[in-house]
Amino acid sequence: MTPLLSVQGITKRYGAHIGCADVSFNLYPGEVMGIVGESGSGKSTLLNCMAGHLTPDAGQVVFDTRTDGPRDTITMSEPERRMLGRTDWAFVHQHARDGLRMGVSAGGNVGERLMAVGERHYGDIRDKATDWLGRVEIDASRVDDRPTTFSGGMQQRLQIARNLVTGPRLVFMDEPTGGLDVSVQARLLDLLRGLVRDMGLSAIIVTHDLAVVRLLADRLMVMKSGRVIEAGLTDQVLDDPQHAYSQLLVSSVLQV
Amino acid sequence: MIELKDVSKTFTLHNQGSAVIEVISDVSFAVAPGECVALTGASGAGKSTLMRMIYGNYLTQAGEIRIGGLDIVRSEPRDIIKLRRDVLGYVSQFLRVVPRVPTLDVVAEPLRALGVPADEAQDRASALLTQLNIPERLWSLSPTTFSGGEQQRVNIARGFAHSYPAMLLDEPTASLDAANREVVLSLIEDAKARGAAIIGIFHDEAARTRVCDREIDVGRFTPGIAA
Repeated sequence: MTPLLSVQGITKRYGAHIGCADVSFNLYPGEVMGIVGESGSGKSTLLNCMAGHLTPDAGQVVFDTRTDGPRDTITMSEPERRMLGRTDWAFVHQHARDGLRMGVSAGGNVGERLMAVGERHYGDIRDKATDWLGRVEIDASRVDDRPTTFSGGMQQRLQIARNLVTGPRLVFMDEPTGGLDVSVQARLLDLLRGLVRDMGLSAIIVTHDLAVVRLLADRLMVMKSGRVIEAGLTDQVLDDPQHAYSQLLVSSVLQV
Repeated sequence: MIELKDVSKTFTLHNQGSAVIEVISDVSFAVAPGECVALTGASGAGKSTLMRMIYGNYLTQAGEIRIGGLDIVRSEPRDIIKLRRDVLGYVSQFLRVVPRVPTLDVVAEPLRALGVPADEAQDRASALLTQLNIPERLWSLSPTTFSGGEQQRVNIARGFAHSYPAMLLDEPTASLDAANREVVLSLIEDAKARGAAIIGIFHDEAARTRVCDREIDVGRFTPGIAA
């Protein structure tokens, strides 16, 4: 089987400082991979390099495109990469404000991505937007409200709806449940799991919450100082960590 | 169906003076389809560790663990994920679920992951929950708030939803009353009858003698105890 995403030797330096170094892995369709590590370990740098937000100093990010098969997204042209970002890829930011247009209605936020891929019929766009608001448990009566009037958890769910409406095949998530209270986190996890199963999504989730990766991710990479120090099945890495730092990370979690 | 060859496991505790603990060494045995094998031994002998190694939850340092032809010691994560979905079931002692998900969906999930349509999966889940005496009024609630025995039964229902050809059972009859214990034992007997290879840990001796064909004393493989 062809991997959906094949990452090879990704390295990003900030001057003399290493952002991430020599990261390689394959992600297959339907797989969810978690990336954990302390802050400053390079996980967000890596995610941004893969998603095309940062240009890595070395390495390849090969994506299995629908039309042309595997293509290196680092060397493809900017318009092509942007098209990918609007269609097959989605990016869920930690802060919903970074991924939403705060001055546009909730329905408009979802509809914009549809228009970007060529939908023009206003009624259809509105229907699809309302359908997606329902799927992320936002009441249809809020479709014309601006996200500024939404709570943090609702904004995050709106951001997810906006990203998934075009049926992407790969979702990058940066701390998708960070900063949300626990009951909202549980709702969001439930939602994400259902979407991954029903739409066959693949996802890469950066987080520092080990409970979140245990429930969402099939595979896990542990990063420290820009390097991947351990990778494997999520439950194996969490229950039988091999590297000293992973052991410390797992044993440092407070039990509730 | 399940075959272990010269399997060994050590834990290295890097943050506790790099202590190296040898847990299990040179385990070899095989379980045929339709056979149920009990792992026995004192507490701390490594029964659960061995079971977790077979499930791929713990890494194995040496040897081979073959399940339906796949050596899980040397397999890629995605092959193990596929194996767990199709072939290898595991009923642990603890239920781990996403909060807020209704019990019926928790039980139906292994079937949904295999692509079984929602209504068919829910029918199977309902049948199992009824059989295990979980009242229907609880099915729409998340099992996170259930009692210990109820959670254990939900866990068992989930583990038996799909007819796995190989199963690992960690204390399936613990914390159950006589009636439910009987249901679980008959589920195990049915699984054996359809040809599942089963490895179990049972502290309940009567249950062990009833469903298990053989016993393997894990204490034999524990360095330090055996010697």
